[in-house]
Amino acid sequence: MKDRIIEIISKYNGDSTRLMDILHDIQAHAGYIDEATIALLADKLTLSAAQIKETVSFYHFYSDKPLAKVNIYLNDSVTANMNGRKDVLKAFEDACGIKIGRVTTDGNIGLFSTSCIGMNDQEPAAIINDRVFTRLTPYRTKQIINGLKQGQHVKELVVEGCGDGNNALPIIDAMVYNNIRRKGALLSHDYPLFTVIKDILPKTSSEEITDIITESNIRGRGGAGFPTGLKWKFGSRAKGEHRFIICNADEGEPGTFKDRVLLTEYPEMVFEGMVAAGYAVGADIGLLYLRYEYKYLLVYLNGILENMRKNNFLGQSIAGIGDFDFDIRIQLGAGAYICGEESALIESLEGKRGEPRDKPPFPVEKGYLNLPTVVNNVETLATVVKIIKNGAAWYNQLGNKDSVGTKLLSISGDCRFPGIYEVEWGLKISDILAMCGANEVQAIQVGGPSGTLLGEKDFDRELSYSDLPTGGSMIVFNKNRDLLSEVVLNFMNFFIEESCGTCSTCRNMPYVLRGKLLKVINGRGVKTDIEDMVNWANLLKVSRCGLGQTAANPIVSSIRNFRHLYDALVQKEIEYDSGFSLETSVLESCKAVRRQPLFHHNA
Amino acid sequence: MTNKIKIKIDGKEIITDQGKTIVEAAHENGIFIPTLCNFAGALPKGCCRMCTIKINNRFMTSCTTPAAHGMEVENNTNEINDFRKGIIELLFVSGNHFCPSCEKSGNCELQALAYRYQMMVPRFPYDFPMKSVDGSSPYIIKDQNRCILCKRCIKTIKDDQGRHYFAFKERGHKLEVLLDDKMGKEISSALAKKAMENCPVGSIIFKEVGFEVPIGQRKYDHKPIGSEIEN
Ligand SMILES: Cc1cc2nc3c(=O)[nH]c(=O)nc-3n(C[C@H](O)[C@H](O)[C@H](O)COP(=O)(O)O)c2cc1C
Ligand code: SF4
Ligand code: FES
Repeated sequence: MKDRIIEIISKYNGDSTRLMDILHDIQAHAGYIDEATIALLADKLTLSAAQIKETVSFYHFYSDKPLAKVNIYLNDSVTANMNGRKDVLKAFEDACGIKIGRVTTDGNIGLFSTSCIGMNDQEPAAIINDRVFTRLTPYRTKQIINGLKQGQHVKELVVEGCGDGNNALPIIDAMVYNNIRRKGALLSHDYPLFTVIKDILPKTSSEEITDIITESNIRGRGGAGFPTGLKWKFGSRAKGEHRFIICNADEGEPGTFKDRVLLTEYPEMVFEGMVAAGYAVGADIGLLYLRYEYKYLLVYLNGILENMRKNNFLGQSIAGIGDFDFDIRIQLGAGAYICGEESALIESLEGKRGEPRDKPPFPVEKGYLNLPTVVNNVETLATVVKIIKNGAAWYNQLGNKDSVGTKLLSISGDCRFPGIYEVEWGLKISDILAMCGANEVQAIQVGGPSGTLLGEKDFDRELSYSDLPTGGSMIVFNKNRDLLSEVVLNFMNFFIEESCGTCSTCRNMPYVLRGKLLKVINGRGVKTDIEDMVNWANLLKVSRCGLGQTAANPIVSSIRNFRHLYDALVQKEIEYDSGFSLETSVLESCKAVRRQPLFHHNA
Repeated sequence: MTNKIKIKIDGKEIITDQGKTIVEAAHENGIFIPTLCNFAGALPKGCCRMCTIKINNRFMTSCTTPAAHGMEVENNTNEINDFRKGIIELLFVSGNHFCPSCEKSGNCELQALAYRYQMMVPRFPYDFPMKSVDGSSPYIIKDQNRCILCKRCIKTIKDDQGRHYFAFKERGHKLEVLLDDKMGKEISSALAKKAMENCPVGSIIFKEVGFEVPIGQRKYDHKPIGSEIEN
């Protein structure tokens, strides 16, 4: 055991910035990361054990306690719950004889909850030993557990076959569906792969490539919408002995899954976009940060990189361009939404906790290893390839004045055709709803939990960076949904779970607000509670990163657009309610001593 | 030679050196900006958000933002002061801070800021969380109840090889500061004393000696925090 760990450490040259990989390898080998291993790691990397634990304990998928032989991570996203997660969970718990969060006494099965795994169009889904199971029912759940108990291998439990497209490739072999419903400028199959690398880069200067991107007016597709051309220009001007291109494939915003589909069906274009960015910026190293939930794509993606190396699309003097050396490495995350934030992602790439950095300095100046780094989203990088091929003018024809081009939407929830839709910017919400076959719509969540919850009066608004920006997550809710307890509460739980915790505001305020929300949902709220929530939420504005700054959006936007739901729940007769119930508070302790609680005040 | 630059804080022009942070520039010029997680000599990491200021209508932390020539900073405004008071209240309700029984009372920066910002009763409900106390080190009691997760101990208490005695554990609302088991047992009494001094609250307590300076004669007992800076 000890030897194996020393081997793993030396595989990464004892480099503490590769701690993520070291921990992944150890966990794959030993099942978990125990005290003795942590002590050994600390010793070899000249860190304290506490420092190793700092990283281990940050990530959802590392464990310092023994896990089971088979570990089931059941997704807890809002759409999973809308599609029967509760019954599936109960079926798992009954079949395994344990509660969620536990491991069976024989150590065979572990059952855990996890934040959105990027399968919103095929829920409820679970990850079982790195294999994704989609569209679960209580019936299938029982079969799966029975199979496991009879000693079947996880792979043998799949009776559904594979999903569509490349998901069925033996190298991926996943029960995952692309559900591509609408193709446009990006997804249309009219691009001969690697044309940009082979034919265009050798004839075009790096400044000219950046100019094309600037003139195309494309803005970042990861959510923040920073102009891509400008970012590349900043990156190319910053000084450093290396420059880096990072492809952000952390895709953690609940409800988005378009990057997963791009990586499954269009990975060459994503990598080609990284090469083009590398050429434009003068970078020599590319890193793709892949969320752990998409680990089933890792071998496939590495195979494509290997092919690119063979064809000199990666490596030295790419496509015969004398001084252009560039290669790409994939870094696997370990389960932390915050690592989608670019500076947190960089910290994670350096083997640390995913705590966002203070800005300035921005990554273009001081990024990975404090060197100039351009971070772009998967979709941005894939799109860039087509822009370079077809020209800026071609791209400018698409979209509307304010927002140029197309956008991939990940649509899920109450609609007949959940999946990926490529649309031009400027599309109306009502058209989106019609397009995906949504009826009796009560609300749509635009931009995931950090976005806004819109009701009917806003359905004629258009997607655009100035009015309704979005990373692409669209979740539809019909009139039967209880928005507060099914949606808003789930989203608040998500932010509480996923905050990095360094800002006093973001660590505590969402928790305080959830308390208020629960008070209202439980019928103990009064009118001032609604006002308190709106006022208190302001404090989150001074948080360091976008997570904290938007963490109250589920509550604030639902109060703004669905105030009647709150009004209907709060007590009208009284102005104050402590929210404290003596009856329920003593229930547990009374039970423990087998006594009946006795209350005199309302006898 | 360092370059001199001019910035304005609440309309008042001050001169400072290029490369200084806004908080350094302000404090040198007798203007108080409250801080909790910032610690002279250690790299800033905007954890507590107390030093929030506004530049060009955007909130920034003055402990992490370098002063730049021509900057106009909003500091002592009603909006910002209410945020600061809100943060103090939030820190009080999310821990278990019982000042009268705390060895750090009077030397505690959180308590002193609460007085300065005139916190009476926090607007938020108390959480009364369950927290642990670690007394396994011969010199230190690490009391999680009072920890405000400022990172000062993490950043400043290291051994000669740069290893950290203290580290974060978990994330988000479950975040804690851990004292390394082994290093905590081997820590020198001098470093343990320094750890207690560097902690803004009473979360790191040096064992065995207590109340050496009586309550009533401590740092903030007579003058509010910040008065050592203001002119
Ligand atoms: C909490 C948080 C999570 C984020 N998650 C992602 C993500 O999963 N993928 C992504 O591309 N960008 C994400 N971003 C935005 C990134 O910080 C960054 O702006 C983006 O990757 C830049 O690429 P782009 O300009 O091509 O959009 C996130 C931002 C925040 C604040
Ligand atoms: S806002 Fe939240 S997630 Fe972002 S840095 Fe602060 S604590 Fe971390
Ligand atoms: S002192 Fe600046 S954020 Fe804490």
